[in-house]
Amino acid sequence: MNRFASGALVLGVAVLAASCSRKSESTALKPTAFGAAIVESSGGKQFAQTGTSLPQPVVVQVNDQQGAAVTGALVEFAAAPGVTFDPASALTDSSGQVTTNVALGGMAGRYQITVSTFDTSHKKVDLRIEEIALGYQQTLGQRLNEQYCDRCHNAESTVQRVSNYDNLEVKPHPFTEGETLNKLSDADLTAIITYGGPALNKSALMPAWGNTLKKSDVQSLIAYIRAVSDPPSRSGGPLYAKN
Amino acid sequence: MKEKLRSLWQTLFGDSVRAFGVVSLVFLASMAIAPAKNFFSEWRHYQHGYLSMIRNRSEANTLRRHFQGGIQQIWLPELGVVDRCTSCHVGLKEATLTDVAQQPYRKHPVIPHNLDQFGCTVCHRGQGAATTVAEAHSSTLAWEQPILPAKYIESSCGQCHRGPLSGTPQLNLGRNLLSRSGCVHCHAVKLPDGSTLKATDDPPSLSHIADKTTREWVYAWLKDPQAYAVTATMPNFKLSDDDARDISAFLIANSTPISGDNATLSAKASSDPAAGASLYGESFCASCHAVQNAAGNVVGGNLGPELTRIGSKVKAEWLQAWVRNPRVYDPPTAMPHYRFSDAQVATLTGFLLAKTDSDLLASVHLDAATPEQIAHGKRLVSDYGCASCHEIAGFKKPENFAPELSRIGSKPITQLIFLTGMPHTLPDYIAGKIKQPRAFAPGLKMPQYTFTPAQVDALTTALLSLNDRSYSLPPSLAVAAPPESDYQPAGKPGKLMADLACFSCHRINGHGGDMAPDLTWEGSSVQREWLVQFFKNPGTLRPALIRRMPKFNLTDGEASELTDYMMTVYQSPAVDRDAMPLSGYSQGQIELGKQLFYGKYSCQGCHIVDTKTDKGYIGPTLTHIGSRLTAAWIYQWMKNPQALRPGTIEPNRAMSDEDARALTAFLISQKGGGKQEAAKK
Repeated sequence: MNRFASGALVLGVAVLAASCSRKSESTALKPTAFGAAIVESSGGKQFAQTGTSLPQPVVVQVNDQQGAAVTGALVEFAAAPGVTFDPASALTDSSGQVTTNVALGGMAGRYQITVSTFDTSHKKVDLRIEEIALGYQQTLGQRLNEQYCDRCHNAESTVQRVSNYDNLEVKPHPFTEGETLNKLSDADLTAIITYGGPALNKSALMPAWGNTLKKSDVQSLIAYIRAVSDPPSRSGGPLYAKN
Repeated sequence: MKEKLRSLWQTLFGDSVRAFGVVSLVFLASMAIAPAKNFFSEWRHYQHGYLSMIRNRSEANTLRRHFQGGIQQIWLPELGVVDRCTSCHVGLKEATLTDVAQQPYRKHPVIPHNLDQFGCTVCHRGQGAATTVAEAHSSTLAWEQPILPAKYIESSCGQCHRGPLSGTPQLNLGRNLLSRSGCVHCHAVKLPDGSTLKATDDPPSLSHIADKTTREWVYAWLKDPQAYAVTATMPNFKLSDDDARDISAFLIANSTPISGDNATLSAKASSDPAAGASLYGESFCASCHAVQNAAGNVVGGNLGPELTRIGSKVKAEWLQAWVRNPRVYDPPTAMPHYRFSDAQVATLTGFLLAKTDSDLLASVHLDAATPEQIAHGKRLVSDYGCASCHEIAGFKKPENFAPELSRIGSKPITQLIFLTGMPHTLPDYIAGKIKQPRAFAPGLKMPQYTFTPAQVDALTTALLSLNDRSYSLPPSLAVAAPPESDYQPAGKPGKLMADLACFSCHRINGHGGDMAPDLTWEGSSVQREWLVQFFKNPGTLRPALIRRMPKFNLTDGEASELTDYMMTVYQSPAVDRDAMPLSGYSQGQIELGKQLFYGKYSCQGCHIVDTKTDKGYIGPTLTHIGSRLTAAWIYQWMKNPQALRPGTIEPNRAMSDEDARALTAFLISQKGGGKQEAAKK
């Protein structure tokens, strides 16, 4: 009886080990170099609808102690379940960089992405990047923002849209400006959007939108403003860290 | 051993009383299994977890009062919904639980529907009646409807909502791509309302292709359309060299000439690149046509084909004839008839012909076609269903060339063949088919498209919305798409507007493009003299706008004919354009309007009246507005801009009649005279 059990156990472990080793063999990348630090090149703090890909890929760079780019270092991406990376691990290219496409999870909120590499003493070096998934209401808000608000509240111009920010005597607050906007209550934001800047003794250059936007539109806009603010707003949704 | 067994038997079943007792005990124990199973069930575990999670919250008492133990169920017979999801997802309706990261306890995000009216599985799929996580969320042997991944969730909106919604960008894009990418040329898609999804692309006719281009170009294009133009929507049929040779042979042999296309060059194509570039810019060709720049970026519009390598494609004679009047070759084309002078045609043709790529045709050497090759090419054209998209002389559009996709979103998994390593779910299958259609079996005909991952997701979303539930829903839930208008202006002005392709950019009475302003009520809005001048020499109204109306070189007669028609026909019943005078307002009223403009309403944030002080870049410049718009239109616009032009971003300020009248007086006094006088000095 005992012998049979131990035999089965050995067999089981062997099968398990074999299957594991085959799996790791096919996916493991062997680093040819090790860095000392990992830095974000681009792609942090982006917004995308829940479950969809970020508009731009996330690019990170591995540097050595002198700050020079390291080629061939292994970089791994990890995040809360539901977040997918393409690729999830890769070796740095000739400029020391790894580019990955990220699709966020199915729930609105902030997602923390942990990017890691190993240094020369085989210790893990981490970098944390935050990305923002927008739920239904926040996506509506994002659309309204692009249609009505962005032209003044976003200082950056694009090929399609010239920003009006620089033309305004009193500068509007970008919606990511958490230091200012987080201090305003939902009721205050509703008042400014609905009745214009003068409702809170602010500039009349901010017109009243209460007859143009529906109440639910204003709520959607506020949900969007809360979701994208930096530093995060308390009502911007939970943080999904790796668990 | 035997002894032991016998004594055990004796102890347990030695006499009838003992046997009865033992059997009763076993029976009792087995009776306890069911309650025990129930007691240790997953939903009970999650409900315990919920209760311990809310214990530490400040609103614990309220939450505990709302909490109902036991299996919960949403039952909606008319939707076929029996959803027990709320047994574990306990906090779905708790307004305060938005910050909970731990599932299944978070509040459902804000959506425009009530959970009690629609349940869960109508949108999320999955097994509503199941009470374990695995059975509810995954495919099992008995049920094969897994939870819909979040990235496709908008497909469920499309079950009822047949038209575009502002909250479903992905579904809107996917439906758009279905119509725009040629999918519905081959795959029939019948919608639950009985209509059929129509294609919105316009693949060119191939019946006269030899007028336009060479057999070598056709061959190179067939081999790899994207090598000619990265934005080409024609998919790659992965043809062998021989097949491409034979199809090109057939298409050229099958082509019949159109008189006028091969006319000898009336003027020599000019080779002045600067003049060509400036005419190309002035004519706003880039509003519709894109060109790939040196950095590899595609710059320009997507209404017309990309022109990066146009010089390697078209014959010079054809291009001249096309630029002179595109309607000779393709009567319904979206391209306007520009009425260029001969010199302009030569300049523009020369400029475009210089856009060549010597690599494109360098390796293409075709011998003269044999009758066998042409016959084989004809067979291939029929096999690949080329006539599904293109008009080809001698071919009828094939019926049911590819499988119908009307209910693809409900296709049972048992009927699908998956690629190895692919997750066995319907969305993965659909996305896989779009990404690599030929990989699923040898001999498949569906060509290779060049969709981005986001476009694949959008298409999959749109296809998943075509499912059985969209047919079985109560008709009262269906939200119809806004009706399509096929408005066409009548008579001679209508012909002129078709010739100028006004509807490629402008919308009138619900028909037309959205690149330029809606002209439905243009007659109430503008002054006659301004419109005549604008037709003859269109200027830009918005300082930040890159696109503007091109100059069509209209004759005086044409300009006044168009103006008369628009002034008479395109009038709003809400605006009587003669109700208010264009001048004669009191200085006091004008001054009051100015104060309102710069003070209370701060219009200078978006508009410019005084070019020295104002900088607003969003709305039209208003320096000449008094010579452009009617006073009645300005007044009504002040009162409610969205009533005149739905969707305009000018905010409705709910102005009093006095404010609106004063602002109208101020604006109508801006005739642009000051600037001209200053210039004279």
